[in-house]
Amino acid sequence: MTPVLAVEGLSVEFRTRSGIVRALDQVSFDVGKGETLALVGESGSGKSVTAYAVMGILDPAARVTAGRAMLDGLDLLAAKPKDLAEVRGRKIAMIFQNPRTALNPIRPVGRQIADVLIRHGNVARRAAPAHAVEMLRAVGIPDPARRAKAYPFEMSGGMCQRVMIAIALAAKPRLLIADEPTTGLDVTTQAVIMDLIADLAKEMGMATIFITHDLALAGQRSARIVVMHAGQVVETAPTAELFANARHPYTAELIAATPDAAASLAELAAIPGALPDLRRTDLPPCRYSERCPRRLAACAQPLPQPAPGIAHTVACWNPRSDRAVRAPKVSAA
Amino acid sequence: MTVLLDVAEVSKLYPIAGGPGAWLRLKRRLSGGVEKLPKVHAVDDVSFVIAKGETVGLVGESGCGKSTLVRALTRLIDVSDGSVRLGERQLALKPARVFARDRDRRRIQMVFQDAGESINPRFTAFAAIADPLRRLRKLRGKALKERVTTVAAQCGLPLALLSRFPHQLSGGQRARVGIARAIAVQPDLLVLDEPTAALDVSVQVVILQLLDRLKNELGMSYLFVSHDLSVVRLLCDRVLVMYLGKIVESGAAHDVFDHPLHPYTQALVAAVPRLHEDGPARLRLSGEPRSPIDPDPNVCRFYGRCPHGADICKTTMPALRTLGLRQVACHFAEQFLPSAKAAP
Repeated sequence: MTPVLAVEGLSVEFRTRSGIVRALDQVSFDVGKGETLALVGESGSGKSVTAYAVMGILDPAARVTAGRAMLDGLDLLAAKPKDLAEVRGRKIAMIFQNPRTALNPIRPVGRQIADVLIRHGNVARRAAPAHAVEMLRAVGIPDPARRAKAYPFEMSGGMCQRVMIAIALAAKPRLLIADEPTTGLDVTTQAVIMDLIADLAKEMGMATIFITHDLALAGQRSARIVVMHAGQVVETAPTAELFANARHPYTAELIAATPDAAASLAELAAIPGALPDLRRTDLPPCRYSERCPRRLAACAQPLPQPAPGIAHTVACWNPRSDRAVRAPKVSAA
Repeated sequence: MTVLLDVAEVSKLYPIAGGPGAWLRLKRRLSGGVEKLPKVHAVDDVSFVIAKGETVGLVGESGCGKSTLVRALTRLIDVSDGSVRLGERQLALKPARVFARDRDRRRIQMVFQDAGESINPRFTAFAAIADPLRRLRKLRGKALKERVTTVAAQCGLPLALLSRFPHQLSGGQRARVGIARAIAVQPDLLVLDEPTAALDVSVQVVILQLLDRLKNELGMSYLFVSHDLSVVRLLCDRVLVMYLGKIVESGAAHDVFDHPLHPYTQALVAAVPRLHEDGPARLRLSGEPRSPIDPDPNVCRFYGRCPHGADICKTTMPALRTLGLRQVACHFAEQFLPSAKAAP
């Protein structure tokens, strides 16, 4: 199966007044057709920077120093702005964290959907408004004809997020990047929005990259999980496998710190230490090693490169359980 | 059980001026008629008690009136109706402006949601913690310094950080400053408004454990407002579930989460993502909440989103009834009791 998007060895740095921040270091992952992949990590782990790099919307202070992001034979990181503009919206779309700030506040939501349809969706200008209403209906907004004329401030957070989804999916992209799509929403609304994304993705055979800090939510909603820490991918595994057999010490600590796993407060384990300062020039090859309880002398060497074709990979010299890494298995979404 | 805070029949209504019908109302007023503004029923007839040393959780979706209720009982705003008793004292009658200088002000303190936003950016951590001590305890000089360092140590805040400004502190350190500031004046009741919402899981754990330790050491009561049910379950003895200004269910935390009786609580519990998929069957709420502007007093607030809605829900507002150790406001609560479920 050829992946829809393959990111290989992506490194990004930011030039700031106080030094160069090495935000991403050799990030690699891929996502297959119709698959939901979760990027999980704490704030500062580089989840969003990864998404922005793929979309070509990094801050001007950022520089991609290495790596490729292949989509249909096109390297998104080296593509000309003109080519990238054709890909964005049409082949890849993104849902941003805060729908209220991501939507245009002075344009009715129906018009904003119509804009995308006209630009990327091969829809005639005259037919676009009616199509936009259909999109609003598809994302479950009641009374879509009236709501199409509403401005973002007239709608609730959940409704705005539905509009964002409608905009993202207007041109039927092959890949959807959802960056914390439900963070500001209530749990009941979160469940409904996540159902909606999953249903539409299934209907359209779309691949989804789902970025979240909520390990429990990722576990429920994705087929595979990529765990990130301080700009590095520490572990990649099919979801069930990751929870049953977390091999990287950081993944295990993250699972132990998630409130649902514990029966009492005392059982919750804090993760010792803090993220390393990414401006340092002497960052160790494994950026977790300075917090790591399982550190060995070997950890000063460059990280082991995962062999291709293995489903469960871990970037660690001394991973947790001795269980042999399993043969790749086909993950059911 | 000694009751610390007794909240009885508290309501908070906000009149709204504009909106549809504003012109009509103006005309009516000019022609000498009685003008009645529509009102948002933010908190509607809410009663509960908090015992000494107890941790009570308050959950509900955004816009359900959690924050208004909290502000009313911390006496930051005035209530429209009802009583708020702290120990023997009736606080509801004092205007919030007067209560700010009251001797009991220090007894109710609050930890706000995002410490980064709620600490004055031009105050150092020391100044932030010292401010309530100066105002409410009239501490000065050496005594003040001593108290601030004691509290900072209690909250695990290194003394070296006390001279820093909020933007120089990490999220977890800011949360500690917010907590230290609130407990400095030795309150009896600490109201925590989503204290860990802005934090990463690894830091959240440390802050929750700190709060739990402080409660045991200092014997405070907590009112813990959150929409993260897995956190509430861990920290709270008892939980109140709010929906559109009303309490719809209350009871022991583990009881409410294991056997929710109100359909809204059921949906809330079902929506919590779990690491290990053994949760209840999915229950999805459709539609938007009803409007809180002058709601029909005879219709259940949850009607329209409720999967069990029946005719009686349209004609009779369910009262908050006691069922065993629980309280629930639903006509059909009995059928969700665990004993009823077990029966064929």
